[in-house]
Parts: sequence; structure tokens; C-alpha cells
Amino acid sequence: MSPRTATLRLEGLSYGVGDGRHLVDAVDLTAAPGETVGLVGPNGSGKTTLLRCVYGALRPTHGRALLDGDDLHTMTAKARARRVATVPQDGQTEFELTVREVVAMGRSPHRRFWEPDTVADTALTDAALRRVGIAPLADRAFPSLSGGERQRALVARALVQQPALFVLDEPTNHLDIRHQLEVLSLIKELGTTNLLALHDLNLAAYYCDRLYVLKAGAVVASGSPAEVLTSGLLADVYEVAAEVTSHPRTGAPTVIYLPAPAAAPRAGSPAQSI
Amino acid sequence: MSRETPPVRHRTRQALVLAGLTVALVCAVVAGLALGSVRIPPGEVLTILTGGAEPSPFRTIVLDVRLPRVLLGAVVGAGLAVVGTVLQALVRNRLADPFLLGISSGASTGAVLVLVLGVGGGIGGGITTTVAMPAAAFAGSLVAMTLVYALARRGGTMTGGRLVLAGVTVSYILSALTTLILVVSARPEHFQEALFWSLGGLGSARWGTLVVPAVVLVAGTALLMALARPLDLLLVGEEGATALGLDTARFRAAVFVLASLVTGVMVAASGAIGFVGLLVPHAARMAVGAAHRPLLPVAALGGSVVLVVADLAARTVAAPQDIPVGVLTALTGGPFFLWLMRRRPEGAPV
Repeated sequence: MSPRTATLRLEGLSYGVGDGRHLVDAVDLTAAPGETVGLVGPNGSGKTTLLRCVYGALRPTHGRALLDGDDLHTMTAKARARRVATVPQDGQTEFELTVREVVAMGRSPHRRFWEPDTVADTALTDAALRRVGIAPLADRAFPSLSGGERQRALVARALVQQPALFVLDEPTNHLDIRHQLEVLSLIKELGTTNLLALHDLNLAAYYCDRLYVLKAGAVVASGSPAEVLTSGLLADVYEVAAEVTSHPRTGAPTVIYLPAPAAAPRAGSPAQSI
Repeated sequence: MSRETPPVRHRTRQALVLAGLTVALVCAVVAGLALGSVRIPPGEVLTILTGGAEPSPFRTIVLDVRLPRVLLGAVVGAGLAVVGTVLQALVRNRLADPFLLGISSGASTGAVLVLVLGVGGGIGGGITTTVAMPAAAFAGSLVAMTLVYALARRGGTMTGGRLVLAGVTVSYILSALTTLILVVSARPEHFQEALFWSLGGLGSARWGTLVVPAVVLVAGTALLMALARPLDLLLVGEEGATALGLDTARFRAAVFVLASLVTGVMVAASGAIGFVGLLVPHAARMAVGAAHRPLLPVAALGGSVVLVVADLAARTVAAPQDIPVGVLTALTGGPFFLWLMRRRPEGAPV
């Protein structure tokens, strides 16, 4: 399987909603071939909206998303799906498709709609199931999986898609720590260009080549994890006190949060009963 | 490569289910031809079917009265089951059914309008029953389906509760409209005809009324089977389907039109028969899983068996009274549906 990869460039990408607010505000971003780029920022900072604009669930209201120079929003959904894969947030279904059937769906963009899967497609599906460690669950009903197993099945489906760009929104959601590390290592090993939103700053620091920090939809900092993750930035963007050290073994910046002072009662707020 | 061969196992299972259903359908058809107000021995039925019988009253009953009715039952049952299966994928909800969502009501309204206006020469006219009514019923079901979809979807997401509410509302409005049309037309004989659409029955089956439904069933099912892959994609959600390369808006619209066509044609021929489109897809999924390529033919055959058997029961349980088959499917299907709901796993979404 030769690694596929691509350059992603976002140019002034914005997504506005009716009342004039911008959930994503003029974001410029570049991911070089094979690079793993992380999006970090507090809840509501626009990470998910930005990713949805990239994988095609939303059409940006301004700006462009270019993959190797091709505008991702002028190509058909099918052409885009041959080059960009994602793990969607609404991947649950009540219909009892088997895990194998769900994973095999990753071949759809490569086939005409009436064509059945080929032997090679089945082989790819089997390989992906093994790679994410859920081969023994292949014939189970997808809705019967635990959150973590389901997440890994959806990652396997994205692998089967053989994309050049992986767009992942919190791929470690629902996963225990071992599988978080496994999934991130796996994605990193693929050689694809990866754009991930991550909550865990330490995982982001370790796995991402570069980070973009979002606040209120706009990029407030970008660069290598060591450049970006500073106590000053964490205080500004996340409003937390934290120490950032360099890990003695991995060398990655490591964030240690300091306990917040108990919130002082605000003037005029009703007295708390005990 | 992997030594496991589940796809083959699946195919064996599907083949077994299909074979079983085919046998069941043949038995049901023969029983449907043999039983009724006049009992005809099954052997005699087979002789008549193979063309080896002298002209006789039995021959007339089997070939001109019962056979078109039994075949219409098979066609309509298959059509309703296929539409139910597809609707459930389309709205991603297992509560979808052409009857519950008000789509059958839309078809009835269209058919009654043609009846009252006397397009094509009225009920006796060949054009009316073979072309004008199915066409009007198609238009009616398309309007109903669009309404339900728009109502249920406002705000971007479509919950089961919202869907059923929208379906019930549209169903009530259209039934009221149908009644209004009848009252305004002030022709008592129309009420008799219209009752048939609201209850559902196969009593009007003639060889002539069989052609359009049969053609639409075969063509529609074949087309939907070709669309099995994108139908599967819909099951995992809009965002997932888009990310896997499906233009969901266009595909949904196309399948909506196709489902309206099949529903309209079936309702024009048989009235609004409920629960077949709800229960048969459920049972078929239990037998062969949710992937549409194996599912659709199993649902179609299953629907045929169910409606042929239901119609046989409708003709015989209170003979010589002919109970509308829609009454029977609702009486038996409703509780079965409740039982299905109860045995669903804890916490499963409605």
C-alpha cells in the first residue's frame, strides 16, 4: 500500500452563521505532505466547524480549502471522498449492519454505486480490521459495539478509504488510554497528511508536528508544539494556570495543570447554602 | 489473506431464506387459489394452472377471480415491504412505513380525487383504474412524503418522535381532505368506493389492474437493488454518507420519488394497507441483516407471503364476509409491532 499524501491549504476560510457571527474566522492553515497538524483550543473555539468545512459536511462562507491546489468544495462528494477521509461524529446507527459491512463502506467512493466489492476490497477491509485490532468483532452487529470499539471500526473504515488526507475530530473520544495511543500512533504511521482536533494537549504535543491554536474561531498561535504550548498561551486561551516542561524522555512539551483557586463568590450572587 | 469467509456464510443464509420464502409463497398462492367460499382441491388447482383442465366453474373461479387477486396480493405485499425498507433507510428510522407516515393517505387522496372528478371515464373506465388512478396516487404520495419530510426535518435533525408526529399530522389532514372531497361531490356511491381506500383490500383485483403494479414493482425493486450501496451508506448518517462520497441531498430526492411511485401505484390498486411495510422489513433484517443487497429481495418475497396469507385469512375467517385485508394487517400487525418494540435492547433509540 503506497502511502498517499497531499498538501492541504486553507486560505482565509470562514464559516458564518445567520446572525453575522463567525464560528470559523479567516483561518489560514497549511499541512505539508505527511505532516500531522493538530487543532487545539477550548470547547466552542471552532475546531469541529473548521474540520467539517474541510471534509465537506459544511461549505465555508468565505475562503477556500485546497488539496494539492484543488478546491475541495468544487469537486463532487465522491471525488472528495477518494482523497479525504474522516471519522464522523454521528457514526452511530440503530440498524444492525455488521462491523465488516460498516468498515467495507470505505470502498464506496472507489466504486460505482451498483458495483459489488472486489476481492481486493475485501482484503483491504480485513487488513484494516486487523490493524485497528477488531478483527474478532468483524461479524458482530455494529450497534452492539462499545464506544471505543465503534470508534476503532470507524477509523478502520477511514483506512479502507485510502485517503491522502485524514481529518479527525477527537479521534480518541471514548477510547481508553491504551487505544488512544494506538490510534494516534497508527494514524501517524500511515504517511498521510493528517489534520486532527485534540482535547488532550499532551497527546497533541507528542503526536503532532505542528499545532494551530483556535480561540473564538480564529487562529491565535501556530507552530511546533514547543513554540505554541506555553503557560502564557494556556492562561490566555484556556484561562488555566499551567506549567509546561520538556519531557525528559520524549522531549515533547508536557503540560501540568495547576489547581485553580476556588472561584470567589461574585458580588450580588446569592449565598450558597451548605 | 484471512481464512474467515463470512460473506459466503451470509450468502448461504440469504439463499436459504430466499428458498424458504419461495416455497412459502408457492404454498400460500396455491392455498389462496384453493380456499374461499368454494373449496377447490389443491390438485385440481394445479391442473387448472398448468392448463390441463376443461372449461368449468372451478376454472373460472381460479383463473379469473382468485388468481388475479392472489397475484395482486403478492405484488402489493412485496411493493409495500420494499418501500418500507427503503423509507426506513431514507429517514434512518425503523418506525417509517408508508402507512404510518401518511404517504398512503396522500395516495388515497389522489386516487379519490380522480374517482370524484371522473377522469378517464369513472370507476368503470379502463383508463381510470389502470393509469389515471395510479398516476394521481403517485402525485398524492409524493406531496405527502415531501410534507412529512419537510415537517420532520426542520432544524436539520430528524428524530423518531418528530417523524411520527409529522406523519400522523399529514395523515389526518389528508384523510380529512379525502372526506371533504367526497362530501362535496355528494355522490353516495363514491363513499362506498372511498371506504375501500381507507381500509385497504384486494377485492377489486382484475387482470387489467395487475399490470401497472407488477411492472412498477419489478422495475422499482431492481433499481433499488442496484442502489443498495448508497442505501447502506444512508444508514450510518448523513455526515458519514457524505464523507463516503454520497451526494445525500440528490440521492434522497431520487429515492423519495421512486418510493412515492411504488407506494402510489400499490395504494391505487389495493387501498392503504398498513403495517406490512413496517413489520416485514423488521423481520427481514432479523433474518439476513441490514445490508440492502440481500435485504431487499428477502423483504419483497416476505411481503408477498404476508399479504397473500393475510388476504386468504381476510376472505375465509368470516366467510362469506370479505374482511378488508387492511383491517386484518392492522389487527395482527399492531400487536406484533408492540412486541418487537418491547424485545428491543435497553437504551436502543426509537
